[in-house]
Amino acid sequence: MPALLEARGLHAGYGQTKVLHGIDFAVEQGGVTALLGANGAGKTTTLRAVCGLIRAQGEIRLGTDRIDRLAAEEIVRRGVGHVPDGRGTFLELTVEENLRLGAYTRKDRAAVAADVERIFGYFPVLRQRLRQQAGTLSGGEQQMLAIARALLVKPRLLLLDEPSFGLAPLIVQGIFAILRRINVEEGVSILVVEQNASLALDIADHAYLLETGHIVMAGGAAEIRRDESVRRSYLGY
Amino acid sequence: MRGDSTIPPTTDDGRVTARQMAGISVGMVVMVGLAFVASPYHLFQLTMLVAYACAVLGLTILTGINGQISLGHGAFFAIGSYASAILMANYDWPYWATIPPAAVASAVVGFLIGFPALRLGGLYLALTTFSLAVAVPQILKVNALEGLTGGVQGLTTDKPDTPFGLPLSSDQWIYLFTLAIGALVFLLGWNLARGRTGRAMMAVRDHPVAAEAMGINLAALKTRTFAVSAMFTGIAGALSTIAVQFVAPDSFNFLLSITIFVGLVVGGVDSIIGALFGGAFIELVPNIANDISKAAPGAIYGLILIGFMFLMPRGVAGALAGLGRRIAGWRPIAEAAPVAVKVDPAPDSAAARSAQRQ
Amino acid sequence: MMIGLAHQITSGIANGSIYAAVALALVMIYQSTHHLNFAQGEMATLSTYMCLTLINAGLPYWGAFALAVAASFVMGLLTERILMRPMLNAPPLSAVGVFIGLLLLINAFDGWVWDYVIKPFPSPFGGSNAVLGGFISPHELGETAVTLVMLVAIYLFFRHTTLGLAMRAAAYNPVSSRLCGVRVNRMLGLGWGLAAAIGGIAGIMVAPIVFLDPNMMGGILLYAFAGALLGGIDNALGAVIGGFTVGVVENLFGAYVVGTELKLTVALIIIVAVLLVKPAGLLGRTVQTRV
Repeated sequence: MPALLEARGLHAGYGQTKVLHGIDFAVEQGGVTALLGANGAGKTTTLRAVCGLIRAQGEIRLGTDRIDRLAAEEIVRRGVGHVPDGRGTFLELTVEENLRLGAYTRKDRAAVAADVERIFGYFPVLRQRLRQQAGTLSGGEQQMLAIARALLVKPRLLLLDEPSFGLAPLIVQGIFAILRRINVEEGVSILVVEQNASLALDIADHAYLLETGHIVMAGGAAEIRRDESVRRSYLGY
Repeated sequence: MRGDSTIPPTTDDGRVTARQMAGISVGMVVMVGLAFVASPYHLFQLTMLVAYACAVLGLTILTGINGQISLGHGAFFAIGSYASAILMANYDWPYWATIPPAAVASAVVGFLIGFPALRLGGLYLALTTFSLAVAVPQILKVNALEGLTGGVQGLTTDKPDTPFGLPLSSDQWIYLFTLAIGALVFLLGWNLARGRTGRAMMAVRDHPVAAEAMGINLAALKTRTFAVSAMFTGIAGALSTIAVQFVAPDSFNFLLSITIFVGLVVGGVDSIIGALFGGAFIELVPNIANDISKAAPGAIYGLILIGFMFLMPRGVAGALAGLGRRIAGWRPIAEAAPVAVKVDPAPDSAAARSAQRQ
Repeated sequence: MMIGLAHQITSGIANGSIYAAVALALVMIYQSTHHLNFAQGEMATLSTYMCLTLINAGLPYWGAFALAVAASFVMGLLTERILMRPMLNAPPLSAVGVFIGLLLLINAFDGWVWDYVIKPFPSPFGGSNAVLGGFISPHELGETAVTLVMLVAIYLFFRHTTLGLAMRAAAYNPVSSRLCGVRVNRMLGLGWGLAAAIGGIAGIMVAPIVFLDPNMMGGILLYAFAGALLGGIDNALGAVIGGFTVGVVENLFGAYVVGTELKLTVALIIIVAVLLVKPAGLLGRTVQTRV
C-alpha cells in the first residue's frame, strides 16, 4: 500500500539557521509513525514543514498530491490535522468555540455533530467544560482539546507535536491510549513527534530517529526499541 | 529597519578619527563661511535649518538610538520657544540668557513624561506623545495663563543686536550664534551617542532584557534619555524664537510634531548627521510645498513617510552611507548590522500574546 | 442645576457613543495586528466626505449612508492589502510611520478634493438645535440609537456567527487559526474593512454636530484612544464602555472643572492616568491560563 505521507529530501530552517538537512520519511496508510529525537533535533520543524507553517525545500506528498508549496490553511483542507507543540489552544475562547473552530472547514453539520459526540466519548471532560474559557483548563485537558480540535478537521493524517510535554505520567498514558484507539477506530494515520521515546514506540508501527536534522535510523517500532544505542540514549536502559 | 553600514561599537574606542575631524572641520568652515556670502533671507533660512536640526537631533537620540517613539516632540519645541519668549517679552531677559532656562524647562517636562514612559511599551508612548501633540495648542491658549503666554495672539520679542560692535549684520550674528549653540548641541549628542551611554541606549533599544540582566537600569536610562531628547528639542525651540521673534499657539500644533518626525525619518532615524538633513528638509520643503497648495505639505509628508518606511528605512544618511563611506569622513552612528530599531513590546497581554504566536 | 447635570450626562452619553464606535474600530485593529491605527479618524472623515458627496448628488440620506459605509469597508480592505500586510512583521516604528503617513495623506486628500471650508452636514433625525425634553437633541438621540444598534449588531456577529468566530480566532492566535483552515490574511482584511465601516458610521453620525472639515475627527480620535485605553486596548467590550465613560467624563469635566477650552487635555490626562495606574485598562486582562 502506498504511503499516505511521503517526504523526500526535506530541507528547512529559520532564517539563516538550517535545521533539517535533507530528510526522507513516510507515514503508512492507517499506521502510526513516531519521529524521535532529542531537543533541537528538528522534530517540530519537520511537522511545521509538513503542515505548511514554514517553507521547506524538497518534496512532500499527501496521497498523490504534492503539498510542499501549499499554505497551511489549504493543507488542512486536504485532510491534515495538526496538534502543535504547546497545544495552540485559543485561550480566550470557550471550549465550545475551540471545537467549532476545528470544524471550521466542514459544511456537513450532522456529521460534525456526530463527530463531536464521538470525541466526547474519548474525552468526556470536554463535555463538562464546554462553556468554560479554554485558558482555565489544565494542561492535560488542553491537550485533549487540541486533539479534539484537530480531529474535527476530519483528517486523514493527524500530526502531534510532543503531546506528552508538561503533563503528568498518568494523564499522558491515558492520552496515548486514546490516540491508539483513534488510529484503530477512526482509521486516522498518525505522525507523532516525541522526546519521550518509550511512550511513542508503544503505539507506533514505524519509527524514525532524528539527530541534528538528519535521519539516523528508520525501521519498525519493535526493532528500533530493541536497538542498543536507542535503548541507551533514549530509553534509559 | 535594517542597517547595512555603521561603526561597529567595539572598534570605536571613543577617540575621534582623523577623517572624522577633517570632515567636521570642513563642515564647520563651510557653515561659518556661509554667514558672509548668504543674503539676509537665506541667512534666516540657514538659522532655522540649524534650529530644526537640533530639534530632530532630540528625536534621533530618543527614537533612533534608544528606540522610543515620540509623536509629540513639538511640545518640547513649544516649551523651549515659549520659555524663551516669556523671559524676553515679559521679563526683559537678554536672548542668550534664555537658552539655559529653555533647556532646563524642556528637560524637566521631558523627565516627567519619561516617568510613564517606563511603564509603557513603544506603542503606548507613541499614543501618549500623540495625545500631547494634539493637546498642546489648547494648553497654550488657555485663558488662565494668558497674562504669561499672550493667549491666542502670542508674544513678540525684540530682534537681537550684534554685540561688541562686530562688523556683522543682526542676521549674520543671529545665524552665527545659532550655529555656535547648534554645534554645541550636536557635539553633546555625538559624544553621548558614541560613548558608554550611547551604547547602553542602543542595548536597551535592541535587547532590553539582556541589557537589564547586564546591570543597566532600564528605567533610569529611558527617563534620562527622554529628558536629554526633550532638552535638545527645547533648545531648538528657543533658538527659533530668537530668530523669528514671535510665538503663537497655533504654530505648535500636531503638524509640528509630525514635521520633526518626518525630518527624523528623512534624515535617517539613528544617524546624528542625518539630523542635519532632517533640519534642512524641515526648513526647505514645507515652504515650497505651501506654495503649491494647502494640502501639499501633508500629502508630501504622508508620501515620504510611507515611501521611506517601505523603500529607504535608513533615510538619506543611511542611503548615502551605503553608497560609500568616503564622503567627507562622516558616518552615521548606530549599531553594527543588522539593525532593527526595536521598540519595547507593549506590556501585559500583548507580550503574552506575541509569545503565544510563536 | 440637576437638569444641567442630567443634560451633561445625556449629552456625554451621546458623544460617548461616537467615541465608543471609534474605540471599537481601534481595538479591532489592535487585536489583530498589535498596531494602533492612528489614521482611523481620517478614514472616518473620508467616509463622511464620500457620504456628503453622494447626498449632494441627489441620493436620499440612507441610501448615501449605506453606499458610503460600503465604500468605507472596501477602503479598509484595500488599506490592509496594500499598506498593512507588508508591515505585519515590520518593527513598530515602521508601522507607526506608515499609519501617520496614511493619516497625513488622507487629510491632505480631503482638503484637496473638498477644500478646508467647514461644511454643515445634514441629519436625518431632525437637527441639532431643537432640544427634546430638555435633555437631548433629536439628532443626538438618533445617532446614539444608530450607534447602539450597530454595536449590538457587531457583538452578535462576533459572538454568534462562524465568520465572526474565525475573525476573533485569527486575531487571538493566527497560527492555530491557520491549522483550523482559517484564511488568516482574509480575516485580517475583513477586520480592517469592518473597522473602517464602523469608523465611517461614527463620522457620518457626528458630522451634523461638529461640522465637517478635514480635521473633524482629530479630537474625537484622541477621545477614542482614551476610551480604548481606559477600557482595555485589547478588549472590545472595554473599548465601548471606555468610550461612553470618556464621553461623560469629558462633558462633566468640561462643564464643571476645566472649562471647554481644555477639554482635549482631559483626554490626555485620562490616557496618562490609565497608563500610570492600570495600563491594561478596566477590562483588559492577561488571559487566565494554567500551564
